[in-house]
Amino acid sequence: MAESVAARIAATGTANALELRGVSRMFGALAALTDISMTVAPGERRAVLGSNGAGKTTLFNCITGDFPPSSGSIRLFGEDVTAFPPQERIRRGLRRTYQISLLFTGLSVLDNVYLACRGVSRGRFSMLRPPRNDALLASAEDLVEAVHLTPQRGTLVANLAYGQQRQLEIALALAGAPRFVLFDEPAAGLSPTERRELIEILTGLPEHMGYMIIEHDMDVALRVAEKVTMMHNGRIFKEGLPQEIEEDEEVQELYLGGGHGGH
Amino acid sequence: MALAERNTTGRDISSGAWWDVTRIPLSFWVGAVVLLILPLIAGDFILRQIITYAMILGMISLSLMFLAGYGNMVSLAQMTIAGVSAYMVAIFGTSAVDTISLGWPWWAAALAGIIIATIFGTLTGAIAVRTEGIYTIMITLAIAAGMFYLVRQNYTLFNGFSGMNQVGGPQFWGINWRDPVPLYFVTTVCAVCAYYGVIYVSRSPFGLALQGVRDNARRMGALGFNVTAHRIAAYAFASFIAGVAGVLLVWLNGQVSPGTIGVGPAIDILIIAVVGGLAHPIGPFLGAILYVLLRTFAIDVLVALGLGGERFQLLIGLGFLLVVFFSSDGILGLWKRFRERGNRDPLTGENRDA
Ligand SMILES: Nc1ncnc2c1ncn2[C@@H]1O[C@H](COP(=O)(O)OP(=O)(O)O)[C@@H](O)[C@H]1O
Ligand SMILES: [Mg+2]
Repeated sequence: MAESVAARIAATGTANALELRGVSRMFGALAALTDISMTVAPGERRAVLGSNGAGKTTLFNCITGDFPPSSGSIRLFGEDVTAFPPQERIRRGLRRTYQISLLFTGLSVLDNVYLACRGVSRGRFSMLRPPRNDALLASAEDLVEAVHLTPQRGTLVANLAYGQQRQLEIALALAGAPRFVLFDEPAAGLSPTERRELIEILTGLPEHMGYMIIEHDMDVALRVAEKVTMMHNGRIFKEGLPQEIEEDEEVQELYLGGGHGGH
Repeated sequence: MALAERNTTGRDISSGAWWDVTRIPLSFWVGAVVLLILPLIAGDFILRQIITYAMILGMISLSLMFLAGYGNMVSLAQMTIAGVSAYMVAIFGTSAVDTISLGWPWWAAALAGIIIATIFGTLTGAIAVRTEGIYTIMITLAIAAGMFYLVRQNYTLFNGFSGMNQVGGPQFWGINWRDPVPLYFVTTVCAVCAYYGVIYVSRSPFGLALQGVRDNARRMGALGFNVTAHRIAAYAFASFIAGVAGVLLVWLNGQVSPGTIGVGPAIDILIIAVVGGLAHPIGPFLGAILYVLLRTFAIDVLVALGLGGERFQLLIGLGFLLVVFFSSDGILGLWKRFRERGNRDPLTGENRDA
């Protein structure tokens, strides 16, 4: 046990955060992903662009194991996790948010975040209530604070406003010590103010924490990402630095829809 | 499906020290006093056949409420799990069927019953948790039916159709603990512990995570939880409660037979839980009291009305139908609505203390 942990730490020091090799995913006869290969360096921040139905969310689902890929392999910090269930990948430092919020509507905001903290630590089956000075409880409070939900900490999640639910979505993904986070359209449906707060949160994340973000708004995507992957019809269409992607003629034709993408 | 009490009060997991006496609500003291003086005012029949019996059924229903209310898993096997415990007490302990009973002391037999019932219930859970909704009900019903036919047809271990009678209970300190008053107190202690145990565990990491699984199993996986293991653990906890209740049941009745764990009793447990209310652990006990009262006195009522006494099932059914018709959350829901109405300002229609 100790050996494998040591080996893992040694391996992750140099390994890529994420390595996909020939990942495909079928839904019946529909190929949602076809032969995706990509590498994300540790600490790298990557934006994933593409029209609706391009396969971006499916890509996230394959990485987290929500849906296993039909073929191909996935390495997380150098370790082959292709056969792992979601929780095993999460415990190795992977996190995600969902395009459509998946929250615990019957619990309070703090309980939601507390569960997220508990999920990646020991004592998941503990039948003892945590003491007042519980460290996990304190970190849950901090996270609630970080996403500006402290006034709503005791509110039932079912009663939160949409924007607040999106903020909670992010808090759940930042619990524990994430090493790589997948954000699925976190800015969709937010007001301009909430959008600004989101960008602040993202750019304020510790440097070693890499992430991948799906974002339709180019302005947001380019401000929070160092590199861009364009997807189309389940395939990687282009990959490069933001300017390269923006200036690429094929991309402009396909995605920016001739003329609308100018600044 | 009604869900267990939601944390609407704004109280969070860290609230208050439990030993702080001033935080104990008035209802607790009222309940404690009532439970203490009941043996003084109630006759042996009421104490045994109504109150003790209702508390035992309440515990078995509580084990279902824990699974259904906090975990959204409706198990029809809870009566069977209690029955396994009852059978084990008879098999390991003493009974009139001395070719089968091993004659262990009462405490060893009781312990064996609880442990084997917990294992049985955990295995039931391991089979059932891979399904959802109606399929969980079907699988647990199949297990209940299967167990019923097994004990009815097997004579070497379960003594078949006639079951085990004259099952021995604890006797020490010069007390026969199967007598009405001692058994009442033993049952009360167990029921109160189960009740507060469920309330306590519901706010522990394990209980919160179970509610997380109820609200959104997929997200729980994405937070690092093993959803399947959590569900099975919930069955283990619920089975322990049902197992304890099974020991009490066989001590109360002095016998256990296939009829104890038939499909009818299995469904009765579900009815009790639903009629009482799945939103709070007190619901199953309310439902059990109503059920036992109806069962016991329906015949008298029918005969008094000049109707055939054998139709008492009809009256029970009607009673339950009425409760469920007027409240989707059983007696608990009726009570809540009654209180809200009392609070409402007749002029504005708004709650006074809102
Ligand atoms: N669970 C599913 N079952 C069937 N088809 C799906 C499922 N999830 C996604 N798809 C299909 O896969 C394709 C890619 O979807 P998705 O990954 O959600 O796209 P994006 O997130 O880029 O908008 C779409 O055609 C979609 O209909
Ligand atoms: Mg999507």
